[in-house]
Amino acid sequence: MAKPRRPQPLLIRITHWINVPVLAILAMSGLQIFLAYPFFGPRGAEYDWVPLSGWMPPEWIRAGGWLAGARHLHFAFMWVLVINAAIYVIYLAASGEWRRRLLWRNQARQRYNRLQRAAYTGALVLGIAEVLSGLAMWKPVQLHRLTWLMGGFDGARVIHFLAMLGLFGFVIGHVIMVIVHWRKFPEMITGGKREDA
Amino acid sequence: MRRRDAFRALAGLGLVACDTRKPHKGALGAVERFNENVEGVLLSDRAASEDLELTPLEAFPGYHVAPAIPQVPHDWYLTISGMVSKPLKLSLDDLRRMPRIDARIRHHCVEGWTAVADWGGVAISELAKLAGAKETAYVEFRSFDAPSFESRGYWSSWDRASAFHSQTMVAYQMNGQPLSAKHGAPCRLYGSVKLGYKLVKYLTEVNFIDRRTGGYWENKGYEWFAGV
Repeated sequence: MAKPRRPQPLLIRITHWINVPVLAILAMSGLQIFLAYPFFGPRGAEYDWVPLSGWMPPEWIRAGGWLAGARHLHFAFMWVLVINAAIYVIYLAASGEWRRRLLWRNQARQRYNRLQRAAYTGALVLGIAEVLSGLAMWKPVQLHRLTWLMGGFDGARVIHFLAMLGLFGFVIGHVIMVIVHWRKFPEMITGGKREDA
Repeated sequence: MRRRDAFRALAGLGLVACDTRKPHKGALGAVERFNENVEGVLLSDRAASEDLELTPLEAFPGYHVAPAIPQVPHDWYLTISGMVSKPLKLSLDDLRRMPRIDARIRHHCVEGWTAVADWGGVAISELAKLAGAKETAYVEFRSFDAPSFESRGYWSSWDRASAFHSQTMVAYQMNGQPLSAKHGAPCRLYGSVKLGYKLVKYLTEVNFIDRRTGGYWENKGYEWFAGV
């Protein structure tokens, strides 16, 4: 049999903690970019149904200082997110960890309950939506097929914003659960005691 | 203590490398240059040909850097120069007599809004042919829209592949009508492969050059390539 596995394997801990500042920088620089035009839909046919349309994000949740600075931050840290996420996803798939963490058919000896697995699966789906809609907005003409899939540039912008709100909701729920189950928290740093997987 | 000092040094280095007031420098500048290569690889000559709905003309924003909407100087003409064998001085009628290309294009503003119009004008590749332009790496576009009387006008420089894209043109028509003063009369640069701030309005010069000369917003910190 394989060596007993820690509850939180090293690669999962590393990618998790890299994600914390990277997601914060991307969200905050994204809000700085959003501030330049806090509306959705093409000119003359705006979408008035998108939540927070017209909202001016306050300075303390923005990063980059101004539009060009925020765009440079966003287009630099997007690569860190993509590389980090690729390592995470490849590891999940190769190690079989996905069976314990993602929403799939029920199996014996689950470490995480259905709600937890639904949340982790949802966060992963939102992250993929962020990357795809972000690429569509970055290169709407050159990546025209992807942009079409996202409902055009303006559709991609809505998806990008809503997925960010979704990820924000996930982080809030996640942090609350960590506070409630604070005894589990050190595992995310040390990895925890090896157990039979 | 030594570990804390190392951490502080690293954090300080990170701040210098990511100085968002000078985004062309440090780590942010290095990633910008990397991104330019990615953008160059992604750039294809495919013409944008989506089925797009026109934006009502009054809803299409028009920006300028001068305090008021720039008015056409009475002695206006468009010069085609730089590394060319026959420098040209073209009037609006000269442009109208040249082969025209038409395209419906979605405008992508760096601020995040989009708008659609029909554009008609003369391809940059056509002007290059007429002036006998050398195969320069860059093309520069200059304007009479200036923030003050003393300052030089708005400008932008482009990579050759984007400038020679089949839809990159000196446009003198918008939605089938002559260009209005709000939208860059008598003619402006238009195309489908760059953000709006690269599409110079109130055009005066097209220069075929072998070095980058930045641009009005580019020199303030916005991305130079700015492809879409």
